[in-house]
Amino acid sequence: MNYLELTAIIGGGAFIAGLLGALTGLGGGVVIVPLLALALGVDIRYAIGASLIAVIATSSGAAAAYVKEGYSNIRIGMFLEIATTLGALGGAFLAGILSTKIIAVIFGIVLIYSSYLSSKPKENHSDNIQSDPLAVRLRMSSSYPTSNGMKEYTVHNVGTGFGLMGLAGVLSGLLGIGSGAVKVLAMDHAMRLPFKVSTTTSNFMIGVTAAASAGVYLNRGYIDPGLAMPVMLGVLAGSLFGARVLMIARVKALRIVFGIVILAMGIEMIYNGLAGKI
Amino acid sequence: MKLFSQLNTPNTRKISASESSKWTDQRVEVIIGNLLRLGVIIAAAVAFLGGIFFLFTHGVERPDYRFFNGEPSPLRSIGGVISEVFSLHSKGVIQLGLLLLILTPIARVAFSIFAFLEEKDHLYVVVTLIVLMFLLFSLSGGKL
Repeated sequence: MNYLELTAIIGGGAFIAGLLGALTGLGGGVVIVPLLALALGVDIRYAIGASLIAVIATSSGAAAAYVKEGYSNIRIGMFLEIATTLGALGGAFLAGILSTKIIAVIFGIVLIYSSYLSSKPKENHSDNIQSDPLAVRLRMSSSYPTSNGMKEYTVHNVGTGFGLMGLAGVLSGLLGIGSGAVKVLAMDHAMRLPFKVSTTTSNFMIGVTAAASAGVYLNRGYIDPGLAMPVMLGVLAGSLFGARVLMIARVKALRIVFGIVILAMGIEMIYNGLAGKI
Repeated sequence: MKLFSQLNTPNTRKISASESSKWTDQRVEVIIGNLLRLGVIIAAAVAFLGGIFFLFTHGVERPDYRFFNGEPSPLRSIGGVISEVFSLHSKGVIQLGLLLLILTPIARVAFSIFAFLEEKDHLYVVVTLIVLMFLLFSLSGGKL
């Protein structure tokens, strides 16, 4: 296959990934690596480098739309970014040590977990019980707009959330993904943030976390312009288009289909990793 | 710049501290959101132009991505990429676009430092500086 054919195929696949990611809210980054590594036989290190680029593009591109709504909490985001960026640096260094087989198996497990999470409805764990003392010291409590005006919320288990965010960072740096699934655990379940606050704050953090490992990947020569260019442009176009058609699409059926696709990719990644094909 | 002129006249504010902090947060977020969008647009445009140029000159070559060799060293550092662009190498132009994209969220963090300084929120100035330090450490390739 020459560069022209490869660019067309990867660009098209990345467009669909970005579109589905935006429509289902699951993020398109998670399917870029399986797409490149399983379908096109690209070395997983090149695939991860290209995927990181796609993750930064979608996060930064969507941020402008999110901020106007006033949901995201920049204090919580910035504080947790200490954990995610440090974790991402650790993950990027791990990627240079671990064999590609182990990386493939870990990737498969994360895909299966993401698929499981997509099958469950989103729950709101937010409440008005007194905040964690650390959250008070860090001035994390805030309010967000609802249909009944501004609603106050409190923040819990900052330590657990911080630790889980470190894990999200490691996975992001190791696998080149946004780690949305682990961020949900940290912000929705542990810290009990309102669903809309956690989603938008997490989107704000994904780009910064990915940038923390992208520097290391670039310096290692994992980011190939011939692969990353169609991935970046395809995902960006797909996610922008997805945000436009969001209103008319039947999102529920799509979520189920995308969840099954992710599950299948997860199983294949684990199989290929164990069989030594990656 | 408005941001800095406000810094010198905090006593002219009539709204309460928490309200003003909220208001500044929101305003700064909108500025940062637009900054990010602009960064992504510029990065995508540069990568797209480099990509067209690259496909015209190398489109029929057959790459082999099954085996990992790593990129040649000029494509691995900021200085290297810039010199590749000046030599008009198409891969260097794409890589510049990718580099600009990586710099976009880093610029966001750097800008937040000024926002927290304006709010006199020294705790978060320190928090943001730590994050920026990790990001710059990564960009230098972990070799500070």
